[in-house]
Amino acid sequence: MKKFMTMLLAVGISAAALAGCGGTAGTTNGATQTVSTDGSTSMEKVIGYLSEAYMAENSGAKITYNPTGSGSGIQAVSEGRCDIGLSSRDLKPEEAETLDATVIAIDGIAMIVNPQNPVSDLTIEQIGKLYTGEIANWSEVGGGDAPVVLIGREAASGTRDGFESITGTEDACKYTQELTSTGDVVQTVSTNPNAIGYASLASVKESVKLLSVEGITPTTETIQNGTYKIQRDFVFVTPKNKELSEAAQSFMDYATSEAADEMIEKAGAVPIKR
Amino acid sequence: MKNPKNTSDALEKAMNAVFALCGFLAVAFVLMITAFLVISGVPAIGEIGITDFLFGRVWASTAAEPQYGILSFILTSVYGTAGAIVIGVPIGLMCAVYLAKMSDGKNAGIVRTAVDLLSGIPSVVYGLLGMIIIVPLVREAFNLPDGANLFSAIIVLAVMILPSVISVSETAIKAVPKEYEEASLALGATKTETVFRVVVPAAKSGILTAVVLGIGRAIGEAMAVMMVAGNVANMPRLFRSVRFLTTAVASEMSYSSGLQRQALFSIALVLFMFILIINLILNLVVKRGEKNE
Repeated sequence: MKKFMTMLLAVGISAAALAGCGGTAGTTNGATQTVSTDGSTSMEKVIGYLSEAYMAENSGAKITYNPTGSGSGIQAVSEGRCDIGLSSRDLKPEEAETLDATVIAIDGIAMIVNPQNPVSDLTIEQIGKLYTGEIANWSEVGGGDAPVVLIGREAASGTRDGFESITGTEDACKYTQELTSTGDVVQTVSTNPNAIGYASLASVKESVKLLSVEGITPTTETIQNGTYKIQRDFVFVTPKNKELSEAAQSFMDYATSEAADEMIEKAGAVPIKR
Repeated sequence: MKNPKNTSDALEKAMNAVFALCGFLAVAFVLMITAFLVISGVPAIGEIGITDFLFGRVWASTAAEPQYGILSFILTSVYGTAGAIVIGVPIGLMCAVYLAKMSDGKNAGIVRTAVDLLSGIPSVVYGLLGMIIIVPLVREAFNLPDGANLFSAIIVLAVMILPSVISVSETAIKAVPKEYEEASLALGATKTETVFRVVVPAAKSGILTAVVLGIGRAIGEAMAVMMVAGNVANMPRLFRSVRFLTTAVASEMSYSSGLQRQALFSIALVLFMFILIINLILNLVVKRGEKNE
């Protein structure tokens, strides 16, 4: 009997746990103070910093974030399943017919090499060829006679997604190492003289050499005026024909205000120029 | 009418129930985890196809046409663990012999403290040291473009399994009756001969237990390996960047969705099966050892 009871308990607990996992995190549009955001995984940090700062100031507000990817986020907002869609690409013409895009920040992706590497400038085409393995020796791009070691991020990384889409190397990169954090990328590049890597501009340190791309060095300024090429916009997507809820509008106003710049910088992105 | 004996009986019974409950809680957790892994891991295997999943050579989970073959992860985990055992077990065993038979009390104390400390070091620290010291060292020693590969992972794992191999083997060696050793020495065998011909064979089952424990530790390690193995889904080669079963789950879990996420659960299920089998072997080894004694 005792055995039976405990077995029953075990089954009960596991059933409860499984039921808990099966639950979907639905968007809560009903509550006036909840702002639901849905979309780009690359924007996780930016949204995290922004919503934390916003919620600290507005105690009644709650910002939710559903990391699904830019495409899903745009679709979700067009179908009214969330208040604000998050996209790390610009809207396609057919999407722009019904949706508005507001750039809230810019993601600048810096190319880094070891300080011993004589190379200091690459074109986007060269970077693409390096990462697809077409160029396998540094001497082909003006460096010493040494094999190229390609350091990248894991498949789910937003930085990787941004880098590969801008350089046109989606699913074609022949990585030597796939690391799970920006810090690891910087660390690895700093210890391997033949390595090249990519990382958000904000996390580049003295221990590695920052490359200029097509002659332009990445700085907050060159990213803001668009001359540095390896960059993309972080966009808030909202419906054209429908007014935002009061809470969503207020969050959006905050995100586009000067007060948000500090948070955006903390999250490793570049604020837009005002 | 109140009987003091009755209240204490009731208390006894209540406490018994509490103890039993806590005991079965552990069982409940195991059952829960098993059920969860099976329920969340099986659908993806069904969808991908078990042969394509287990024997597919290409893992491209985020590609436009995703492929979910984990043969490279399985082989990497097997080779990596085997390598760690080949390097770690002889060192651990000889250290255990030193501790149990060769050293005086003071030195043994120092070594034992060091071994205990080694087992307490978090795996992320092993990984960090591996990344900063072993990876560049391997690169320079073998004149490779990059040092993050299976070999570096094997070295880190070999160090990580040392504590469990040492402590379990030491206990096994100490449990060998002193008479065996004395008889061997009396027959004119040297100390080294006695250790390798008499003591170690007599402690065989305990040492096997140590090996199996080492395998368990090595195959389940994620963090340290993730920092030194390079994590590219290649078929394993000693000086190539590789991805283990554990790191395959850990590196993609955070942002995965849909079939990709389910496939990660399936990988976890495969890993769980490996560990289950290792534990079954461990039980078998221990039982056989008891029978022989």
